[in-house]
Amino acid sequence: MARALINVPRKARRGEIVEIKTLVSHPMETGYRRDNIGNPIPRDIISRFVCMYNGTEVFRADLFPAVAANPFLSFFTVATESGTLEFQWTDDQDNTQTASASIEVE
Amino acid sequence: MSVVLENLRPRTFGVLLLPALSLIALPASSTEIPTAQKQSDYESMSPQTRAIQDDDNVNPGMFWVLDGEERWGRKDGSSNLSCADCHTSESMRGVAARYPSFEVESQRPIDLQERINICRSRRQNATPFRYESKELLALSAFVAYQSRGLPIQITIDERLNPFFDAGRALFEARQGQLNVSCAQCHDDNWGKRMAGNIIPQTQPTGYPLYRLEWQELGSLQRRLRNCLFGMRAETYPYGAIEYIELELYMAWRANGLKIETPAVRP
Amino acid sequence: MCVNPHHATTTRRIFLTAVGSFVGSFGVAPAFILRPAAATPASMAAAIHEVVGQAAVRQGKVKLDIPPLVENGNAVSLTVSVDSPMTESDYVKSVHIFNEKNPQPNVTKFHLGPRAGRARVSTRIRLANSQTVVAIAHLSDDSFWSNSVDVMVTLAACLEDLR
Repeated sequence: MARALINVPRKARRGEIVEIKTLVSHPMETGYRRDNIGNPIPRDIISRFVCMYNGTEVFRADLFPAVAANPFLSFFTVATESGTLEFQWTDDQDNTQTASASIEVE
Repeated sequence: MSVVLENLRPRTFGVLLLPALSLIALPASSTEIPTAQKQSDYESMSPQTRAIQDDDNVNPGMFWVLDGEERWGRKDGSSNLSCADCHTSESMRGVAARYPSFEVESQRPIDLQERINICRSRRQNATPFRYESKELLALSAFVAYQSRGLPIQITIDERLNPFFDAGRALFEARQGQLNVSCAQCHDDNWGKRMAGNIIPQTQPTGYPLYRLEWQELGSLQRRLRNCLFGMRAETYPYGAIEYIELELYMAWRANGLKIETPAVRP
Repeated sequence: MCVNPHHATTTRRIFLTAVGSFVGSFGVAPAFILRPAAATPASMAAAIHEVVGQAAVRQGKVKLDIPPLVENGNAVSLTVSVDSPMTESDYVKSVHIFNEKNPQPNVTKFHLGPRAGRARVSTRIRLANSQTVVAIAHLSDDSFWSNSVDVMVTLAACLEDLR
């Protein structure tokens, strides 16, 4: 069962630039490793991360196997209005995981 | 389900300064680290790796702590009991600081993992968890996390003496094809560099911990197996008494240093 | 200490379980690494060319923060920042990170825009060997700017016995 840890300020002033930190649990299996009897371990990575702010994309990342296991991403966004930040991670097989956080902007 | 963690402030672990020892006096080895110089392996890491440990938002070990918290409340076994049915998580505060500890029924010291498995089999009537299973790691991480910030406090009494002596002997014995002992690196040469990295004192303050090499959380036993393999010595099987003896000695050696679970190490 | 869902400070953390979508794996199994002979400075140059085309890539504006000596190549902290006002008319469109000795030259690509406010992203990457890491920023005026860092990667002490 994958999990996500998100850090978002609860409140911000309008126009303030806020930092968002995200951590998701995922092995990011590169596809270049073999197990202890020599069989290749298939690639299984998160390849896309998107952050939407009240429905508008404000940050996106394309990830390759060179991103470390349990991917950590921190980025900035302008606190424009109160609402919901939605986070979505998508893997190679198009499985997605989502998380959301609300922000109050005064 | 949405949950927020307390204690978001970064943690720092500094060098330990202890007043005179109040433990049962034991003959001091000439290679022992002087008390005033005892420090966590945290001090031997790069600032970047320390930064991963310091921030709960960024420390992947926290996933196991959170998983452990969920399992704490999960009913299991034919008794259909959860850990929470008998213990509050607050009551676990201080527990990890006293392990390994003497277990009366088996008449030997046990580590925290064995303690959890004993509870599973005797109280929950459930199958014990495998070593290094995500279940056992998650619960150990959650329990040890309750003692984060507390100093390790191992007292060696008569019953533990023979195991303590065996552990110390293992720590000081030359082993493996490389014919080196733990003490040679970690008592005599800590702080110096080997292959670009600083040799730590090897104080088990943060177990189970997220090792960058493993890309996941693992136990002290797993790390000790890596050490033995590094020395090109035969590794004991998981659960071997040798690991408990070593852990007992190493935990005593770390007395006073604060628990950091879930630590991050290279 | 248990987890408190009503934390009072301005910063808060949220933990959510997946809605069952990711395959269960929680950690990585011990394994050894097969190194295909794909990684070269030439393949990195080719990957960069795919992004910038014929455009000139200038040094500057981009700051790539990676420690010069790394204890473990599995998790190398990296922060890339671009000197840009991030306004509607002058902003960073994307930042690309490349490497020269991993099996593949691409590491990650960040898509920004004026909503970002600040062009600074942090992550952790894998570096198979001591090598050069390159960051290229694509600005709103379609110019490309870059910076690079040489990183020395040391092996961890005491590896795993895979048997």
